[in-house]
Amino acid sequence: MSPDQGRLLTGWGRATRSSATVASPMRAQDVVAAVMQAGPRGVIPRGLGRSYGDQAQNAGGVVLDTGGLDRILQVDAAAATVTVQSGVSLGTLTQVLGRYGLALPVVPGTAAVTVGGAVAADVHGKNHHRDGSFGRYVSRMTIVTADGAVRQVRPVDAPGDAALFWGTLGGLGLTGAVVDVDLRVVPVPSGWMSVDVVRARDLDELLDAFESADARRYSAAWVDCLARGSGAGRGVVTSADHAEPGHKRPRGSQRSDRWRPPDRSGRVRVPPWVPAGLLNRWSVAAFNDGWYRASRPGTGVLQERSRYLHPLDGVAGWNRLYGPRGFVQYQCVVPAAQAVVDLLALLRSARAPAFLAVLKRFGAAGPGPLAFPRPGWTLAVDLPAGVDGLGRLLDDLDAVVATAGGSVYLAKDARLRPELVPVFYPRIDDWRELRAQVDPSRRWQSDLARRLSL
Amino acid sequence: MNAFGDPQSVALVGGTSDIGLAVVAALGRSGRLERVVLAGRDRAGLAEAAQLVRAATGVDAVRTELFDATETATHDGLVDRLFADGDLDVAILAVGALGDADSALDDADAAVRVAEVNYVGGLSVGLRVAGRLRSQGHGALVVLSSVAGQRGRASNFVYGSTKAGLDVFAQGLGDRLHAHGVRVVVVRPGFVRTRMTAGRRQPPLACDRDDVGRAVVDALRRGRDTVWVPPLLRPVMAALSWLPRPVFRRLDL
Repeated sequence: MSPDQGRLLTGWGRATRSSATVASPMRAQDVVAAVMQAGPRGVIPRGLGRSYGDQAQNAGGVVLDTGGLDRILQVDAAAATVTVQSGVSLGTLTQVLGRYGLALPVVPGTAAVTVGGAVAADVHGKNHHRDGSFGRYVSRMTIVTADGAVRQVRPVDAPGDAALFWGTLGGLGLTGAVVDVDLRVVPVPSGWMSVDVVRARDLDELLDAFESADARRYSAAWVDCLARGSGAGRGVVTSADHAEPGHKRPRGSQRSDRWRPPDRSGRVRVPPWVPAGLLNRWSVAAFNDGWYRASRPGTGVLQERSRYLHPLDGVAGWNRLYGPRGFVQYQCVVPAAQAVVDLLALLRSARAPAFLAVLKRFGAAGPGPLAFPRPGWTLAVDLPAGVDGLGRLLDDLDAVVATAGGSVYLAKDARLRPELVPVFYPRIDDWRELRAQVDPSRRWQSDLARRLSL
Repeated sequence: MNAFGDPQSVALVGGTSDIGLAVVAALGRSGRLERVVLAGRDRAGLAEAAQLVRAATGVDAVRTELFDATETATHDGLVDRLFADGDLDVAILAVGALGDADSALDDADAAVRVAEVNYVGGLSVGLRVAGRLRSQGHGALVVLSSVAGQRGRASNFVYGSTKAGLDVFAQGLGDRLHAHGVRVVVVRPGFVRTRMTAGRRQPPLACDRDDVGRAVVDALRRGRDTVWVPPLLRPVMAALSWLPRPVFRRLDL
């Protein structure tokens, strides 16, 4: 591996920027070498760069591009388990699993994340209320720790290793680098989803629609943050289950129940240069209005699985729509619906140009000290970073979330106040203790870790 | 520094500068500021400035460092002390002396001193700070230039020439550091009502130091590298630059 000196890196939101030396390990021993040689500014793994903020950046230090750890080591179809290296993308893995009639039990809104990234952020999907987060399906990990040891950790094991396992889930790469992972996967009946679409005219209707959507495996709603008056909080709730084979397929589709790679040849690509301010409150309000009107209600509509699960992957480089200044994504979870009402009211009164606001249900929390999901509602909003006053608006949202006893997702953060971390993650001290134990000299470092004094 | 360009740590070189202190106060408004270092020549003035910063930002960790802009041999030590507590998200270069253009022809030594403070001192500290920012892989250097550096005027050509030099230095430095994740923001205020300009006749488009503070915060958030305060000065100076010398000479600026 030859290090690439001083490369400019940003998160997916393109609003955080710093320079680091990029190294590309090809095997576990390269990761060990990188951490042993780490200078005072440390090292952090980076997958496909889909973290919105500064999670996978390490200014002045080393960033490990895990793209070389790209092997699927074993697929055991009978036991429904798979062993993969951390640099494999969930999209690639899904494609391979499809040949066995298997699928990943939990996937986030994009398939362009690595297995290592999915562990580091303990990602969740539209089925969290039923199936939990990604970490629930990890049965073993190989981790390189700061002392250069290559350790096998399992959820239940010798007590020390179990702590490292749970601290690494959602641990943002700061406990060690994941090299490979054993995952439990699930059989799926077909490559199709049977989707219900409900259009809700206001927030009450939207929340009601979730009640019935809860019975489905997958559910999520898009909310119009800019609509005011009687349409305030209007949105579109989609819910889905895997379609059984023999379901009537849409006309013109291929006759295969197996998953097939989606046809990306005709997908939209955002040009590399977009002027700042393309997405403002007027253009976004117009877009939101059009989107709402164009969403046709329906029941049992068949949709290709990846298209339903990863709608954003249909537009390549959509993050560039926000122009050179980029954007931030704010995601929080609150236990009760009243806080969602309050958060949306704040966003609405600030006229924040939020064109992707997603509301979902969360189920039970995971056991890890940095687990983000907890029972309730999760709201995710994208906002352009250059607009005046958004910093303060998000601080106000934090206050609502804190009062409601909720949390803000560290894996997407780019602006939180460090003093709120223990409020949103009451068990952070357990995690800090673990980190002090496995990495006393802080060899695993990131811009986020420094910014939030993790 | 977060996604909105709000810093957690700031150094002000020229620690008693009214404009510089206004910039620090504005940077503190996001509630993210944790550490401030003020470096300057005047011990008592620095102590007073530190109190002002504490009051304006609510930050307790305000340190002061004594240094003289003209003693460049001491600047390595100064920069070590600026970075002693860790990374700096923003460093503001605000050393400056106005000098007296009316006496420049009779007192060349005084003019040389202005150049030594403004240009040589600025360059010396600026380069050393820039080197540190480059190794930490992030950060912003805010350089206080002036519209006086845009076109030579009979009334302040010594001061203007030092700011012209500093301005070009900062522009090029910014491009040099861009690939290293470091930004250099060149701030070109017009007439700012401060202690340094007290008693002088105010031209049109005069502004307050808080306007400069707000403009810098705005530039860091929006990723702008050149800031005119007030913004209208940009077209005004562009227009003035086209005026023939005989006409410009007769303008009472």
